[in-house]
Amino acid sequence: MLQSTSEAPLVHPKSKRKRRQGFIERTVRSLADVLEQALFAEEVAKADGLLQSIDPRVKVVGLLLLVVATASAHSLSIILALFALALALALLSHVPIRRLATRVWIGVLFFTGSIALPAIFITPGVALVHVPLLHWPITAQGIKAALYLLTRVETATTLSVLLVLCTPWNQVLKALRVLRVPVVFVVILGMTYRYIFVLLQTAADMFESRQSRLVGRLDGQEQRRLAAASVGVLLGKSLQLSSDIYLAMLARGYRGEVYTLDDFKAQPRDWLALGGFVIVALFAFWFGR
Amino acid sequence: MSELAFDLQNIFYHYNSEVAALSDVSFSVARGARVAILGANGSGKSTLLRILDGLYFPERGQINVLGAPLTEEQLQDEEFAFRFRQRVALVFQNPDVQLFNPTVFDEIAFGPLQMRWPKAQIRERVEETLALFEITHLKNRSPHRLSGGEKKRVALASVLILDPEVLLMDEPTAALDPKSQSMVIDFLAGWAGSGKTIVTTTHDLSTVGEIADHCLIFQNGQLMAQGAPATILGDNGLLERTNLIHVHRHAHDGQGIHSHPHQHIGHAHPH
Repeated sequence: MLQSTSEAPLVHPKSKRKRRQGFIERTVRSLADVLEQALFAEEVAKADGLLQSIDPRVKVVGLLLLVVATASAHSLSIILALFALALALALLSHVPIRRLATRVWIGVLFFTGSIALPAIFITPGVALVHVPLLHWPITAQGIKAALYLLTRVETATTLSVLLVLCTPWNQVLKALRVLRVPVVFVVILGMTYRYIFVLLQTAADMFESRQSRLVGRLDGQEQRRLAAASVGVLLGKSLQLSSDIYLAMLARGYRGEVYTLDDFKAQPRDWLALGGFVIVALFAFWFGR
Repeated sequence: MSELAFDLQNIFYHYNSEVAALSDVSFSVARGARVAILGANGSGKSTLLRILDGLYFPERGQINVLGAPLTEEQLQDEEFAFRFRQRVALVFQNPDVQLFNPTVFDEIAFGPLQMRWPKAQIRERVEETLALFEITHLKNRSPHRLSGGEKKRVALASVLILDPEVLLMDEPTAALDPKSQSMVIDFLAGWAGSGKTIVTTTHDLSTVGEIADHCLIFQNGQLMAQGAPATILGDNGLLERTNLIHVHRHAHDGQGIHSHPHQHIGHAHPH
């Protein structure tokens, strides 16, 4: 009997063509993708690049200034110049441009594009052309408004992503602390980041264990039931985990107030970098008015 | 100065005021002793450890720690709480519970920071502790990037930086590979030599002889027996009754099938 089972084909004849992934497979893949993203970010943060060598406080202040300059610029050429600067910083910091394009720019283009699209038609101005059949006017002012929105968001997002990719998360948090962001806020952010991975791993284990016991595809109702049950189990586990973490904090002397150790030392090149960021931001503010 | 690290009298504890976790538990632990609390899953071991560390408080009964009564009211007092937390440390079974800081360095610095040590002293002590546990190379690593053995090492370092007099360990060798288990056992043996008190919960009988001079056996929240490891581990009837070993039947080297007491975890065969 065992022999006859082992001789049975492992692939069902009907499943030879590439079948659509089920809910569990998609979830497992998404969870693995998130973990892989985090690993990639940590690898980039460890690379020997320009941004990685700068004091995190300088990076936070400098890139934040550039984001504000981008958001307030009223000149397309200035916004494009800031985008070119972000691109140059990415190259000098060994951030793969292909990854930026697929993970950031395309996503932002679709998301912001869907918001900006109506502006092309509804902004009053000189009609350049009309949409066939619908006769909607596409105005020069509408295109300009959409372009401004798109380029601003693409540039600001790229600068923010560069900060997160080129700085270990714990240093971003410490830099926020130095910049007087309330300690409770910083600690909650840190613990959230820390335990996202524990819960992601738990969720991945749960779905993989379910996947290993499944044969065939689940129908829609069963998939929804499974998703709801998994969310419930994960919530229960996270509540238990949070209660245990609180006990572990108490056991080591926590009494409601959090203290942190800030240990940055700025080097001359950090001051130079800060000066550079400030000059570029002032230039953008002035010429982008 | 009291000669006892712990003195428990008639301790009762219920979960949600219904399920009995500990019933009428009384025992004492001398200073400098190495005690193993044995029991199957759900026997009340972890609850007991949390009561010893002042994280849970018994509904009835009295507990004295290092000569002073330990109550919820006492722990409200900041000075008492700081002194107690510095002298008594607990290592949780699941290191992920204990490693909640962004990096290993921050994790080890957490305790001293709460004790408001001067920052220069904290940095110095953290570096020393990292070197002592041979984890300096991990100091900037996030805890989720560590292996099980490394996490256990960091968890130990994070409580021992305070140089406590008493160490409570919940299932210290659970889910560790043999090398990491051996590291933990060697550490416990060495640390106890400096006159510190160690209370360990476990259901792995193979390690008991190396980590304890005295054993307490729990079942369903009750203290069933206590004594020297050799006496306790030699009593198959007691171990079987408390679900620490079981009898099953299998063949040995072609001698036919016969039954004998057996523990799967840790490969202990007390026969």
